[in-house]
Amino acid sequence: MSGGRGGVLAALLSDDGPRSRVLAVLLLAIAAGLAATPFVFPGSQPIGAAAKICVFIMLAASYDILLGYTGVVSFAHTMFFGIGGYGVAIALDRLGPGWGQVALGVVAALGLSCVLALAIGLISLRVRAIFFAMITLAVASAFLVLASQLSTLTGGEDGISFQLPGELRPAFRPFAEPVLGLAINGRVLAYYMILAVTVLVFLGLLRVVNSPFGRVLQAIRENEFRAEALGYRVVAYRTAASVISACAATVAGAMLALWLRYNGPDTTLSFSIMIDVLLMVVIGGMGTLYGAVVGATLLVLAQTYLQAVMAKASAAAAGAPIVAAILHPDRWLLWLGVLFVLSVYFFPTGVVGRLRGGR
Amino acid sequence: MTDLGATTPASLPAPRRDWAALLLCPVLMAAALPLVGSASSWVTLTAAGLAMGMMIFLMASGLTLVFGLMDVINFGHGVFISIGAYAMLLVLGPLAGWAEADSLPLNLALLAVCIVVAMAVTAALGLVFERVIIRPVYRSHLKQILVTMGGMIVAEQAIHVVWGASPVAIRLPEAFRGAIVIGDAAVERYRVVAVAIGLVVFAGMSLVLNRTRLGLLIRAGVENPEMVEALGYRIRRLFVGVFVAGSALAGLGGVMWGFYRQTLTAGMGMEVMVLVFIVIIIGGLGSVGGCFVGSLLVALVANYVGFLAPKLALVSNILVMALVLAWRPQGLFPVARR
Repeated sequence: MSGGRGGVLAALLSDDGPRSRVLAVLLLAIAAGLAATPFVFPGSQPIGAAAKICVFIMLAASYDILLGYTGVVSFAHTMFFGIGGYGVAIALDRLGPGWGQVALGVVAALGLSCVLALAIGLISLRVRAIFFAMITLAVASAFLVLASQLSTLTGGEDGISFQLPGELRPAFRPFAEPVLGLAINGRVLAYYMILAVTVLVFLGLLRVVNSPFGRVLQAIRENEFRAEALGYRVVAYRTAASVISACAATVAGAMLALWLRYNGPDTTLSFSIMIDVLLMVVIGGMGTLYGAVVGATLLVLAQTYLQAVMAKASAAAAGAPIVAAILHPDRWLLWLGVLFVLSVYFFPTGVVGRLRGGR
Repeated sequence: MTDLGATTPASLPAPRRDWAALLLCPVLMAAALPLVGSASSWVTLTAAGLAMGMMIFLMASGLTLVFGLMDVINFGHGVFISIGAYAMLLVLGPLAGWAEADSLPLNLALLAVCIVVAMAVTAALGLVFERVIIRPVYRSHLKQILVTMGGMIVAEQAIHVVWGASPVAIRLPEAFRGAIVIGDAAVERYRVVAVAIGLVVFAGMSLVLNRTRLGLLIRAGVENPEMVEALGYRIRRLFVGVFVAGSALAGLGGVMWGFYRQTLTAGMGMEVMVLVFIVIIIGGLGSVGGCFVGSLLVALVANYVGFLAPKLALVSNILVMALVLAWRPQGLFPVARR
């Protein structure tokens, strides 16, 4: 990284910079874009997409700790995402809006996530990766069923809508005058809170993967047998990684619930979110947290804006029935699926790996 | 002259039967009778559980065999189930008259045609899937999981492209609607059909695996693939064959499951995959017998628990899995020792 501020910046990034000029520019563009969105792009759709990008950066980065750094596939990641959302939603719904309740909800959710991740890890990480994938899938689907059936606690299929603390409501105006042409309200504050939490969580995770602990995780990924022979307790390290990852996902879920003022099975627990996260991490690049940033941004933008492009293309191809069907806006996942398969084969290190390699 | 009889296969020590695991289902059924209370409810629940178990078995058997033989796990297996179910539409459209006809032979023929078409479609797809998706990623479980998930996403979207995105309602053939009443107990006709087909497939698979040369090779391949290869057999071909057969079985399962639900969605296969994985884990990776016992166990427990304690039914599958794994960490009948 550049110049005299390198010391501080390198410390913030845990000496794990982008290591590619193009990637650095790309990441700066994403960061600047996220920071400036409320001022540059008016309206509720851009800021909504930006908030979603932030949340999914946290979610994908935490998933990358498992998939990319530890080399285990978990399908229970949305469960922890959902626990975070439900923690905040239930606390604010039952106990009324307030910051104490938000904190209580987050802490309770973190506690539950830790216990569950610990239990799943200790039981099933002893066995092979395939068992873990299947067992987490089973546990996550049971949790989804529980959440949608225990309607007295979770609101069932309808989910829970709740009131935010006053400072985050749209009606809250901290300044009488617009700042840089934008009337600051509670929504904007909520957005910047989410952005700040995202930056903190991301830098924290970066710190974790570049610590000695993170190096051991990568050693286990590369050669489990050898790591064990060197004296590292593989199960303990994997379980710790899955607990850290679960906690970060829980925070992401809490932030999403705070942004949407709602949490339900479809917004945080559904299997399609799990697939989205997989796509983000693999397309962005496994085993590097910057991949999660790139992947999450790419996918959310595709979800939000690619459909409009595809609708135009589909209308243009209206004459050819199959082409029009393939280009139908609802089929965007088809193209990302193809991209996903190609990524796994041809550039397993994803966009980031490509950029770093072709520096 | 020495007695050659001593060396005939008949006198070889037979593998010991694992009675504890085999008796699990009968014991469970017997134990449920006093708990349920009325004999008629018990018959209904048991028949429903057996039918469900048979359908899960159809969908799971191919997957477990593929895993045992080649150490390949196909997380996209669910999409073969969906495609099998959707392939029925190719038949149900033109032959709609057969479904409404009030004649058992015609209805059975329709079901048979559905099954044949679905199995042919999924077998062909299996061939393509194996070649395009799975072949490049042997020996890496992580990549297998990822790439088969990717294949599943693409295939699910392809279903949307071909058959539309909204759920499709189908009707059972006339003869399979309604229930048979025996005394006080009502048993849905379609469940009887499902049990019959499941038993036939299980018997057929057992015969092929235990009584033919092909089955011998497959079982040997599960035990030790390198050795089979060293003896001059092309295990790759064997594996492709098993993969295709497993896909076809998923198609068959998809037909049965689709008629059972009477609504087709692209995600229907993936929804049932959770059960399939639980069954495979319970049965022991790679074991067809274990898969059969596991399927029945999971389905019966789900039905009994659903009747006795509905709230608990939501997590009964997980509980069964946890209990079995606590008893036998490798599953009921561990085969693949890898």
